[in-house]
Amino acid sequence: MAQLSYREAVAAGIAQEMERDPTVYLIGEDVGAAGGVFKATVGLLERFGPDRVRDTPISEQAIIGAAMGAAMTGLRPIAEIMFSDFLATCWDLVANQVAKTRYMTGGQVSIPLVIRTANGGGVRFGAQHSQSLENWAMAVPGLKVVAPSTPADVVGLLAAAVRDPDPVVFYEHKSLYAAKEEVPDGEHVDALGTARVLRQGDDLTIAALAAMVPRALDAADRLAAHGVFAEVIDVRSLIPLDTRTILGSVRKTGRLFTVEENPRVLGWGAEVASLAAEECFDSLDGPIVRITTPHVPLPAADALEDAAVPSVERIVETVVAGMG
Amino acid sequence: MTDTTIHAGAAAAEGLDRDSRLALYRLVAEIRTFEKRAYDLFLQSLVKGTSHLSLGQEAIAAGVALAMRPDDYTFCTYRGHAHTLARGAPMAAVMAELLGREGGLLAGKGGSMHLTSVEHGVMGSYAIVGAHLPIAAGAAWSAQVRGTGQVAVCFFGDGTTNIGAFHEALNLAAVWKLPVVFVCENNLYMEYTPIGAVTAVPNPAADRASAYGLEPIVVDGNDPEAVWAVARAAIARAREGGGPSLIEAKTYRHGGHSRADPGKYRPDEEVREWMTRDPLTTYRARLAAEGVEESTLSGIDADALAKVDLATAQAKDSPPPPVALVERDVWSDGSATWRN
Repeated sequence: MAQLSYREAVAAGIAQEMERDPTVYLIGEDVGAAGGVFKATVGLLERFGPDRVRDTPISEQAIIGAAMGAAMTGLRPIAEIMFSDFLATCWDLVANQVAKTRYMTGGQVSIPLVIRTANGGGVRFGAQHSQSLENWAMAVPGLKVVAPSTPADVVGLLAAAVRDPDPVVFYEHKSLYAAKEEVPDGEHVDALGTARVLRQGDDLTIAALAAMVPRALDAADRLAAHGVFAEVIDVRSLIPLDTRTILGSVRKTGRLFTVEENPRVLGWGAEVASLAAEECFDSLDGPIVRITTPHVPLPAADALEDAAVPSVERIVETVVAGMG
Repeated sequence: MTDTTIHAGAAAAEGLDRDSRLALYRLVAEIRTFEKRAYDLFLQSLVKGTSHLSLGQEAIAAGVALAMRPDDYTFCTYRGHAHTLARGAPMAAVMAELLGREGGLLAGKGGSMHLTSVEHGVMGSYAIVGAHLPIAAGAAWSAQVRGTGQVAVCFFGDGTTNIGAFHEALNLAAVWKLPVVFVCENNLYMEYTPIGAVTAVPNPAADRASAYGLEPIVVDGNDPEAVWAVARAAIARAREGGGPSLIEAKTYRHGGHSRADPGKYRPDEEVREWMTRDPLTTYRARLAAEGVEESTLSGIDADALAKVDLATAQAKDSPPPPVALVERDVWSDGSATWRN
């Protein structure tokens, strides 16, 4: 077992797949010589050469389009969009072309493509470099959506995404890049569409994603000190969504709290809450509660950003209040 | 137009033998007959939704297709019936797709604007202006790194030259020396607005070529042999590793932008002038003048009509697609499943 940071895990996951499969290519802005602006692709150019690790111009439409055209014709490209906010500049390619072409053509083409992007706040970059945009992709039929919270999951889910025959949007969390963890030696491949129960508990279920996962775990520790025992689920994959695990936990505990970094309206937790209300109504002992960023663009100043995004304290207070 | 290379006329078509010229005429005639039939079927409400015809623009699809290798890639716009047929996609399936039938090329899932036939190299028809230029570049990139010698050809309209994806794709293709040929069908109107009224340069594609280190190429898009000649040269250059080309083919659509548009914004005199340059009648007249027997040409005309009649009958006979298709083929396992 090696200690890897989340950013090292990105490079390790890509390297594992590029080593295994010569059709895997990496393209994006500054991914080669610079090793990525978040240093998540360090060493890949040296190891795999400039043909397979290609720097692109600042042309997000060209990046996604090139990756799509290549994916339709025999390659398995990994395309980096530096910040998830920049998906807005190529959303036509992502939402209209990558997502829909298989369906529209009656299944004539597959698009085995991974779009990696740095998502989320916590780095004081302000409203255009900090958004949590996993729900954008979640809302488009034809895209798979993954957001890992740990280095081991980065490697395993990235490998699963590369091997998947369909397009996957892979949201890496900026504030987690420095997080370290033991990552299994040797080839590591996880499964898309699987949530993970990280902590058992009988009183309530907390479902969290990406950077909200460690906060939910901290909150669960503090709640335990109050005699409230939370089951914490790392949702990991929004499409496919592992409702069996999430709703199974809700049926056991009778309460559901979601912790979402996205702004309130139509965040991923809204779909989870809706499913719980529709399918677990008889198991619920109280209202489903969503803990989210308010419905605002994310502010830059540390004091404001920290106040906006769900904190450990807010999770604890909301759960204590909600559990009565 | 300074420094713009003009390629036009039969002189450019040196090397095209009689059989190839007849094949070219046959393609033009088949596309013309198909598009007229498609228009008739709209009027009968058998074709639902919208559609965009290539009436008047047939020579470009035909000329380029004749210059392509069977394993080359075609990327079309929503005005893509012509290019799809020109690569050999089955006409009955194309017609059935317009009619929304099970026998359609896409089993009714895509419709007129998304014709695709991967087995014929038609990698899709893309209905958001500009989107497919970077996608075509990607297919070319794939061909380049796989070393297959395939070339991607990407057709688009004049209006596309003003959208960002055009410039992103041209730049990337030039920087990576990709085997892709971009073919601008300049029919003088972006939709309803004259392209010249909204574009800073007179030749919307060719005058931008130098920004990407490319040769400006303008061709008479109503002359199938001239189109074939420039396409052949560009495709050969791409195949040999010489990188992309940008061809601007001047043409004119005989009808409006789409089914809903009668095209009344165009001056009568302009329409009359362009109708004298109809690619079908002018090419037919040229072939006749250069010794092709009238019986041969009318035989091709009759074959085209019979082929379109048969395709129409087969399309009409095809049932509507089963509703189960709604939830098929979102994913590669055939399903639409998003949860467990």
